[in-house]
Amino acid sequence: MGFSVQNVSFKHANGANALKSISFEVKSGECIAIIGASGSGKTTLLNLLATSLKPTTGLIEHDGFNPWLVSKKALKKLRSIIGTVHQSPPIPSQQRVVTAILAGRLGKWPLWKSVVSLIYPMDTLGPYTCLERLQLADRLFDRCDSLSGGQLQRVGVARVLYQAPQLILADEPVSAMDPVLSDLVIRELVDESTSRNATLIASLHAVDIALRWFPRIIGIKNGEIAFDLSAVHVTENMLKELYASETGSLPTQS
Amino acid sequence: MARYLASSGRSQFSDPRASFRLTLIIVSLLVLWPMLKLTQFEPWLLFNFENLEVIGNFLIQFFPPNHDEGFLWIVAGATIETLAIATAGVALAILIAVPLGLIISHSLSISRIGPGSDYLFSRLIRFSARFLMLVLRGIPEIVWALLLVRVFGLGPTAGVLAIAITYSGMLSKVYSEILESGNTLPSRALLVSGSGRIAAFLYGLLPSTAQELASYTIYRWECAIRASVVTGFVGAGGLGQLMDQSMKMLNGGEVSTILMVFFLLVLLADHLSLLIRKQLT
Amino acid sequence: MSLLKQLKKQQQFCIKCIATIFIITAFILWSFIHLGLNPFNIFSNDTSSNSIAYIGRFFSPDLSMPFLMKIGNGIFETLSISALATLLAAIISLGLALPNAGRFGPYAKSLTRFVCNFLRSVPELVWATIMVLAVGLGPFAGTLALTLHTAGVLGRLFGETLENHSPLANRALIHSGSGKIAAFLYGTFPGIYPQLLSYTLYRWEMNIRMATILGFVGAGGLGQILFYELSLLREPKASTVIIAMLALVVAVDTISNKLRVEQLHNMG
Repeated sequence: MGFSVQNVSFKHANGANALKSISFEVKSGECIAIIGASGSGKTTLLNLLATSLKPTTGLIEHDGFNPWLVSKKALKKLRSIIGTVHQSPPIPSQQRVVTAILAGRLGKWPLWKSVVSLIYPMDTLGPYTCLERLQLADRLFDRCDSLSGGQLQRVGVARVLYQAPQLILADEPVSAMDPVLSDLVIRELVDESTSRNATLIASLHAVDIALRWFPRIIGIKNGEIAFDLSAVHVTENMLKELYASETGSLPTQS
Repeated sequence: MARYLASSGRSQFSDPRASFRLTLIIVSLLVLWPMLKLTQFEPWLLFNFENLEVIGNFLIQFFPPNHDEGFLWIVAGATIETLAIATAGVALAILIAVPLGLIISHSLSISRIGPGSDYLFSRLIRFSARFLMLVLRGIPEIVWALLLVRVFGLGPTAGVLAIAITYSGMLSKVYSEILESGNTLPSRALLVSGSGRIAAFLYGLLPSTAQELASYTIYRWECAIRASVVTGFVGAGGLGQLMDQSMKMLNGGEVSTILMVFFLLVLLADHLSLLIRKQLT
Repeated sequence: MSLLKQLKKQQQFCIKCIATIFIITAFILWSFIHLGLNPFNIFSNDTSSNSIAYIGRFFSPDLSMPFLMKIGNGIFETLSISALATLLAAIISLGLALPNAGRFGPYAKSLTRFVCNFLRSVPELVWATIMVLAVGLGPFAGTLALTLHTAGVLGRLFGETLENHSPLANRALIHSGSGKIAAFLYGTFPGIYPQLLSYTLYRWEMNIRMATILGFVGAGGLGQILFYELSLLREPKASTVIIAMLALVVAVDTISNKLRVEQLHNMG
């Protein structure tokens, strides 16, 4: 799914300007990393792309149409092909991993299938396969509150993999994982994108991961785009300026 | 752990909770069916024409509620009677509950502390007191009211005694719990140095627990007002007896008035009890 | 604050306390006077001898097999009334919880709050008399009455639980294209389920007590048997019923206490 962001600004309810006149275009199948200091507006941007927030000014068009002007049914359909990996997965703690993953396809399933799967999971192979890719297959039937932070994040990723969306939005998807695991997870997300020509936008705090895996980097500072370049053109100076507010060296995963 | 069911030809993984859930569902259904039969659950009765007529006529009379002057005076009198029944009942209950609670509570037990020949005896007394408490509060107040109406006739006496009996059981249980959970060191110290049980209570436990005891008692008084209305249905006086009479005559207007007065009374009692409990802090 | 002021403050406080106690005592005395009740005269001579004879007849309960079977049936009927009513009320309250928590706007919330308050303010016994009018004598009236009252209680409790629960999981599912019902079942319900179950079981315990007495107005269960026997002046049979009621209440109390202790252990 391609989309275009045109002069989008977002103001929080308390008046704080999260984003100021952002514009960029994305073609279907691209892999983009969004980097920036904490509080620069990365999460807000992803929320706007996921249609969970509405731009205060400006326009975001998904495949050419404005999600805020279409019917409820069309919006629901659009949302079912957008998958979000949250930094802190919003999964009820008592829920089992298999159910949490199955929830990814609720947008596509009829109601009866959703209800039955709650009691007896109708598809266990699918979730298992997704977990296997993230090396968590042995926890298929465990409760989510028995998982560590990193494991829970992987369940969140598995849910999006199961959903098989056309637009994958990942908000700091590996923040609780060690370097080896984060490499694995990012690789899976990128593979998913290339195999199905799905667009992948990931906001990352660790610069080395972004540079290693993503061909295009967008740097955000104080709610504005600092740079929008291919990874090879990103210089150390640009990164230093981006993270000027953060103390010490650039943030990396390893 | 996932088990690959290659043998059954399916490429699925067996849900370890599946058999438990299935059993649960089957057992629930097996229990549900006889329950529905036993309780004569026939929801279509609600829409039976004759029944609808009866209840419809009754409910229509609710608006407007009966505001006949003579009737309103009767209702006022019944309300005051209900208040009096609740207050008198709780007062009597306190009279019984205090000694009962003192006997039961462990923190005032002399025999527990040190040597003494009557350890078994006091245990027996405590046990019988607990048993008595159980009987008093285990039997609902309306049952007591029904029995007492046979002895004392219709009217508020039966109601007062019914509440006194049940609530003495409830109050003594909670009193003993409050006394046991408070700071028991002062009273223990007094008992060890030879003071009597009552003195130990008054000087050792009462100061620290008085507020909680009073607070719970006032709360119980509030419940007693509701209970007095309920006991009235078996003839123990007050608003309840009035409502029972009006219902038996299918007089919707009167019932509607009484219900409204009841709500106001409960609201008033709620606020009053909150006020008094605030004063006590 | 100077010592004098401190003492004066304590005195003032004391006066308030004493005044309250005085008013309460006066109120209590007034109650007795108004009712014409002298607690020391209650057991006057003729009521005394009557009551002793009356009470005496209760001490030989009828333990014949057919009657015990009737009582057994009554116990099952009482348990069924309470269980069914609590179950129905829980299901209804699940539906009431959504508007009660404001999911359908402020008007729906106020309306639902009002309905719940009304349902639970009317005492169960009054509901039972009304239900007897609606569906006739028998346990069905009792079930309906308890269902209505309990729906008011649980509706409010469920609504509060839902209101205090985080909407994040639900919202995330909606933004992945899920329908509202499915999002509720997968996102919100697993989180609130333990609390709702706890409330429901607690209410069931109280409803068992209630179901035993609804029979007094003809709504089935042990209460109806008791009322019947007392009306026919068959005290031995009545005392058996009372013992059964007591045994039921004690059993339920003990079991629920044990379960509560176990649950606390499990939650660790």
